[in-house]
Amino acid sequence: MAAQLPGSSRPAGGIYSGLGMPLIMPAWLCIGFFLLLPVAIMFVYSFLTKEFRGGVIWEFSTAAYDQFFFYRGLFGDEPRQLDWTYITIFARSIWQALVATILCFIIGFPTAWFIATRAGNSRSIWLFLITVPYWVNLLIRTISLKFLIRDQGPVNNWLISGGVIGEPIHMINTNFAVMLGLFYSYLPFMVLPIYASVERYNFALSEAAADLYSSRWTTLRYVVLPAVKPGIIAGCILVFVPSLGAFLAPDLLGGAKNFMIGSLIEEQFKGNAGNWPFGAAASMILLSLVLCVLIFYARAQTRENP
Amino acid sequence: MRNFVKTVAAVALVTATLPVQAEGKLSLYHWFEYIPQELLDKFSKEHDVEVTMDTFDSNESMLASLKAGKLGLYDISVPGDYMVEIMAGEGLLDTFESSELSNFGNIDPQWLDVGFDPGRKSSIPYQIGTTGFMVNRDEYKGDIDSLSIIFDPPEELRGHINVLDSQGEVIALASLYLDIPQCSSDRDQLKQLNDLLQTSKQHWSSFGSDIAKDVLVSGDAKAGMIYNGFGAKARGENASLEYAYPKEGYVFWMDNAVLLKDAPNRANALKFLDFLLEPENAAAITNYAQYISGVSGAMALASDEVKQAPELNPPAGQPGAFIATCDQQVQTVYDTIWTNLKK
Repeated sequence: MAAQLPGSSRPAGGIYSGLGMPLIMPAWLCIGFFLLLPVAIMFVYSFLTKEFRGGVIWEFSTAAYDQFFFYRGLFGDEPRQLDWTYITIFARSIWQALVATILCFIIGFPTAWFIATRAGNSRSIWLFLITVPYWVNLLIRTISLKFLIRDQGPVNNWLISGGVIGEPIHMINTNFAVMLGLFYSYLPFMVLPIYASVERYNFALSEAAADLYSSRWTTLRYVVLPAVKPGIIAGCILVFVPSLGAFLAPDLLGGAKNFMIGSLIEEQFKGNAGNWPFGAAASMILLSLVLCVLIFYARAQTRENP
Repeated sequence: MRNFVKTVAAVALVTATLPVQAEGKLSLYHWFEYIPQELLDKFSKEHDVEVTMDTFDSNESMLASLKAGKLGLYDISVPGDYMVEIMAGEGLLDTFESSELSNFGNIDPQWLDVGFDPGRKSSIPYQIGTTGFMVNRDEYKGDIDSLSIIFDPPEELRGHINVLDSQGEVIALASLYLDIPQCSSDRDQLKQLNDLLQTSKQHWSSFGSDIAKDVLVSGDAKAGMIYNGFGAKARGENASLEYAYPKEGYVFWMDNAVLLKDAPNRANALKFLDFLLEPENAAAITNYAQYISGVSGAMALASDEVKQAPELNPPAGQPGAFIATCDQQVQTVYDTIWTNLKK
């Protein structure tokens, strides 16, 4: 799939010809050991029988997938019916990741555009400023955000002392706080790829469009956006995928009242539940969803640039 | 390449000539913030042993790690009461003879023959505490002696309550509130439990264990479930907080230092257990963690501030209950109830 990603379609260098296999071996070993092997273990575990209090019994079973899709009542002996519990948890996570991605795009695109249109020197300063907050650990940043938006926090205090509001706005432990957290955590992942695309954009194209009496909106829609699309898509994937599995923001800012995909899976391994096959099955379902999104993207790319 | 070889050789040489740091090793798997570093240093110095420690944040995550392959890496861990029983059942614990510990006699006699480890074959008491709740008295002035503060809260507290993100403690307290036995397999009672939690959840603002103190101190929560020692620390930072011993009962727990199976340094582990049973050292832990010690004579050496803390002194004649370990059938229903609660 890597061959279809933007910017990776360089011709193979002549001096490396014939050395293909040995040179690519380290990469394959890494992928095999750190990616394929763990996924294979997860796949196998998701079809095993759960052992009480964690662990697996080596007997084939589809109980984990069955539990994901069907509910049999509190005691497990009613006729089975479609269960929305886990589907709802997945839908909620996907929805929040989507909103975070859109927010990141709305703020990230103008930011990237702004930086890319500065003079060479100040450009690196702006980029530097974007990355500075991310030298701090994500956990610390998330907790700091919580301090900022709590009922007696600075944001509410400023708004009240400024006379904008009379009562503090309740933000902590709401969905708004979770989305804010996700947005803040992953913003640079949107800005940086878009910046890379905009930087390569030939501004003469915009001038040409203007010469042909194109309005600013039309230029943006039909000239700029198609040209920087690879950066936008890369940014969206980089924000969407980690937001899906995020659990820090939902736990710390959302009050952990509802499971997200990440915390649901964590609970299967670290909580009382101790249902490893179910945790593995939920991970496999998440993995398949993400893979579908990526394959869809890759196909869309090949159709446009055959 | 030649430079690389030289570097490797140099590193190997330096490593080989470095003085050996300690006679032996000891590897702990402990709760976060539960033992003062000075105490570990003291043990290190007294016995010339290099101590390393990894931490965990819940009994269940510790069990999961050990079962996932970490058994054999650690000598000592510190599970709660019910977890000692589970770990013994899973074959994760080694046993010792009382004669192997010279300070075995220092164990407070009332904690010698406990249900989860009769006769103390693999564990010694570490710290003892309770799980109840705290209320910000500036926000609510009424009676706080009932679990209804959490499960059917008064108007002032609704929407500002933090509960521990711990299935065992929430379900145990809910059972006490409903006056149904823990681990009851009675269908009506289990349904009652499920219904109660569903209704109560509307009044809760957050689930969190490690944040339990912070949300109360900062005012994000006006009431919240909390461990008593953690609560004493919270009161130190915000004097309007009061810990309650509800009349329906509360969770009573005891953490224990256990000898793990396949301990790589069994001899040092026994030395460390002996060390923990010295009243002076046990008192140092109590002063740090602010819970009651299960070692005879330790509380006499603890600081007055800790000894007199209202959180550590339950009202007479109002005993707490240990969390019970349920069988697989009931535990599966509990898991479903918990998922229902957080879906």
